[in-house]
Amino acid sequence: MTARVGVITFPGTLDDRDTQRAVRIAGLEPVPLWHRDKDLKQVDAVVLPGGFSYGDYLRAGAISRFSPVMESVIDQAKAGMPVLGICNGFQVLTETHLLPGAMLRNNHLHFICRDQKLRVENAQTAWTADYEAGQEISVPLKNIDGRYVADERTLDELEAEGRVAFRYLDGNPNGSLRDIAGITNAAGNVVGLMPHPEHAVEPLIGTGRTDGLGFFTSLLKKLVNA
Amino acid sequence: MSLDTVKHAAETPDTAQPWAELGLKQDEYERIRAILGRRPTGAELAMYSVMWSEHCSYKSSKVHLRQFGEKAPENDALLVGIGENAGVVDVGQGYAVTFKVESHNHPSYIEPYQGAATGVGGIVRDILAMGARPVAVMDPLRFGAADHPDTKRVLPGVVAGIGGYGNCLGLPNIGGEVVFDSCYQGNPLVNALCVGVMKHEDIHLAKASGAGNKVILYGARTGGDGIGGVSVLASETFDSTGPAKRPAVQVGDPFQEKLLIECTLELFREHLVEGIQDLGGAGLSCATSELASAGSGGMRVELDRVPLRDATLSPEEILMSESQERMCAIVEPGKVARFLEICEKWDVIATVIGEVTDGERLEIFWHGEQIVDVPPRTVAHEGPVYERPYARPDWQDALQADDAAKLPRPQTPEELRAQVLKVIASPNQASKSWVTDQYDRFVQGNTVLAQPEDSGMVRIDEETDLGVAVATDGNGRYAKLDPYAGAQLALAESYRNVAATGARPLAISNCLNFGSPEDPAVMWQFAEATRGLADGCLELGTPVTGGNVSLYNQTGDTAIHPTPVVAVLGVIDDVNRRTPMAFREEGQLLYLLGDTREELGGSAWSQVVHDHLGGLPPKVDLARERLLAEILISASRDGMIDAAHDLSDGGLIQAVTESCLRGGKGARLVLPDGTDPFVQLFSESAGRAVVSVPRSEELRFTDMCEARGLPAVRIGVVDGDSVDVQGQFSLPLEELREAHEATIPALLA
Repeated sequence: MTARVGVITFPGTLDDRDTQRAVRIAGLEPVPLWHRDKDLKQVDAVVLPGGFSYGDYLRAGAISRFSPVMESVIDQAKAGMPVLGICNGFQVLTETHLLPGAMLRNNHLHFICRDQKLRVENAQTAWTADYEAGQEISVPLKNIDGRYVADERTLDELEAEGRVAFRYLDGNPNGSLRDIAGITNAAGNVVGLMPHPEHAVEPLIGTGRTDGLGFFTSLLKKLVNA
Repeated sequence: MSLDTVKHAAETPDTAQPWAELGLKQDEYERIRAILGRRPTGAELAMYSVMWSEHCSYKSSKVHLRQFGEKAPENDALLVGIGENAGVVDVGQGYAVTFKVESHNHPSYIEPYQGAATGVGGIVRDILAMGARPVAVMDPLRFGAADHPDTKRVLPGVVAGIGGYGNCLGLPNIGGEVVFDSCYQGNPLVNALCVGVMKHEDIHLAKASGAGNKVILYGARTGGDGIGGVSVLASETFDSTGPAKRPAVQVGDPFQEKLLIECTLELFREHLVEGIQDLGGAGLSCATSELASAGSGGMRVELDRVPLRDATLSPEEILMSESQERMCAIVEPGKVARFLEICEKWDVIATVIGEVTDGERLEIFWHGEQIVDVPPRTVAHEGPVYERPYARPDWQDALQADDAAKLPRPQTPEELRAQVLKVIASPNQASKSWVTDQYDRFVQGNTVLAQPEDSGMVRIDEETDLGVAVATDGNGRYAKLDPYAGAQLALAESYRNVAATGARPLAISNCLNFGSPEDPAVMWQFAEATRGLADGCLELGTPVTGGNVSLYNQTGDTAIHPTPVVAVLGVIDDVNRRTPMAFREEGQLLYLLGDTREELGGSAWSQVVHDHLGGLPPKVDLARERLLAEILISASRDGMIDAAHDLSDGGLIQAVTESCLRGGKGARLVLPDGTDPFVQLFSESAGRAVVSVPRSEELRFTDMCEARGLPAVRIGVVDGDSVDVQGQFSLPLEELREAHEATIPALLA
């Protein structure tokens, strides 16, 4: 018996199949979810993968938030279901206000693709319990709209409540305020980040590291071994 | 203006027609009249003009390209050869791989972002049309001088366009090239390659068969962009005094293309497609005439059913439009409903615009009136063929006599050290990560190797770890010195790059970038290069699966260097066995494989230190290339080497530096006794690679090389944090890294 993890495909989602693979490698069962379906198919958790949903033409994530599937995701997230937003998925989560802040164009105005070092600041969320607080990990970063911003009060609140989940190390890649790479909600079930843990789950592929696997094994332990 | 119907054309034989403005020559126009037995209608003239353009008809190159078929090596792996949207190769385990490289040179000079973006879009649709899921892209690029102000306009735009489009499609960009040379100043080369994977039974072809089957146009609406792109842009020389040609460049929408990919793959999965063709150059003119020409019957199209972005477009404009993100499928009547349903699921507009007939004509109607009535083969496959005159240019002898061997050489170790740094830091030899970091190389989660590795490699089966590797190479400087040898050197380098990563080379695609075919000197270069490539492919046993010819790459009377770019596809049974380029383990032994001769003609050293191009390019020995590849592949399979890097431009010192920087480890080099260190470090002799061998494997590896007759010389050891050439100089890695990595950002950021 394992847990079922829904992976949403919006029009323009790119990393859905990769995310399903990562979920599978961690020992969980991936369940594809379609943006037009409100039905979450009794999944135990949901991942919003990266990509350019609706081409990001209006603003990254701005249209996806209105899709039928997101109505259900918002309801379930508020009820405590683990939800992870990666890159474009993180942008969707901020558009839905499940997470605070927003993403702007990178300060250097270019798409950037590189292996990025992060520090796990909060190892108590549904998606980070398998890491140690302060642990340094490297996972791929790839985006053009990755600069995290929020007003000062929100940032102070995030810091005070330990809700900055990940911080960039060895150079801020995009001008994100306070080097923030990812955040969590107060309950710790909703997490969003710009880097891509699903691209760091196999020793041979991508950067050759498996530092991202912990996101999914954290979830497995929470859902199956809890 | 009243509609120019077939009937009207027959009645008004003397109406003047704008054939010259559409890029047709007088004799070509006469030939159209002879084929039809009357003057063409405006719509027919539009179709012939785009389809008989150099870009679509290959009219100047065809007679030479035939050699790729005539000299094709015996090869069981080739499933679909030249002539389809892309060639298809058997890679085992039931998988087939399709790949192709194409040019988008002229649009990218006029409008760098959209020109490059739609170049990616076009090649991806070609691959998709074969029935394959696109799995990777790469882009061989050539720009003018790195420090020229216009390069700062063109290069960032091209790179942003490739990234903006490719990243949005979710295709990893795993390789390619960036080369600077002032010969490309007014005519950059933007070539784009795509690789796709399918099962054998999923191969689809571009043909319309079965009377009564429906013709469905799906994807984006048709707009007024890119009208005459192939005839106006790709087939003529730029004239700086002419009007701006921007309207002839297409505008891309990668989001639409992503939907088109997923939608089309679902259509294939449900077996709803009898024949399929993407709409690229020449748009609907090309798709309808090629589908009908390749099929068994005729075709009838109701052109007024085409969904438009701009309702004022004339039928001629609709036929010529190169609006992107469109496909044309042939579908059995009983499957049309399901076809449309899947398109609706993906928010893709789909329209039945006609049907396959049992006649032999392509007939197009506009609101019930016939505007086209042609034999489709005369449009698509039986265009004009030219035997262009060619002649070895009178300057060729002088160029070859201007030997690089006479150039002043470094006299002291200090001078040698300074020149090494200068070459490593020169724009062509410097790190291109500023460019490639703007491309997503991780998406799809199957990337095993990506730039700057010798070849890009992706896994295609997660259970068995079967993978494919692709490399592209081309050296215009070598080809200028000797086009026959230059084309073979491009082939050899690409072949070597694939083998260096442990993959077995299977087949090639090419993009032949040359100047104007109306110049006999250029035509000679083209004839020599194609002959060289065809002979080379025969000898290496790697058939040409398809490719692209781009002519008229020149500014005024000055042609670019002849630039044949060769892409080699290889297969690797187990990607866990791949060989990366990085030196990672201290104490491992460095072996130089192959023979080093004094070969400096066309070299990076001669360009960077002396701004010189003359003499002869390195000698080609394809039998040696084959042997070297076999050794590299065996060594990879049997775990005898931990790293390998091919030697090409920049020579041994370039390769060692790159492998050291990649692995963060230094090297101590001891050059063979009695040799000239300068020649050892900078010679560009072909057929060579440097490998890193674990001490435990040394005997096994050297025994294998000796048994098979491949020269292997121990030249040093992985050690320390500098590149140390004994008795000559030492260069700390940090100094090398700064020199190698700072150049491009400083020029372009």
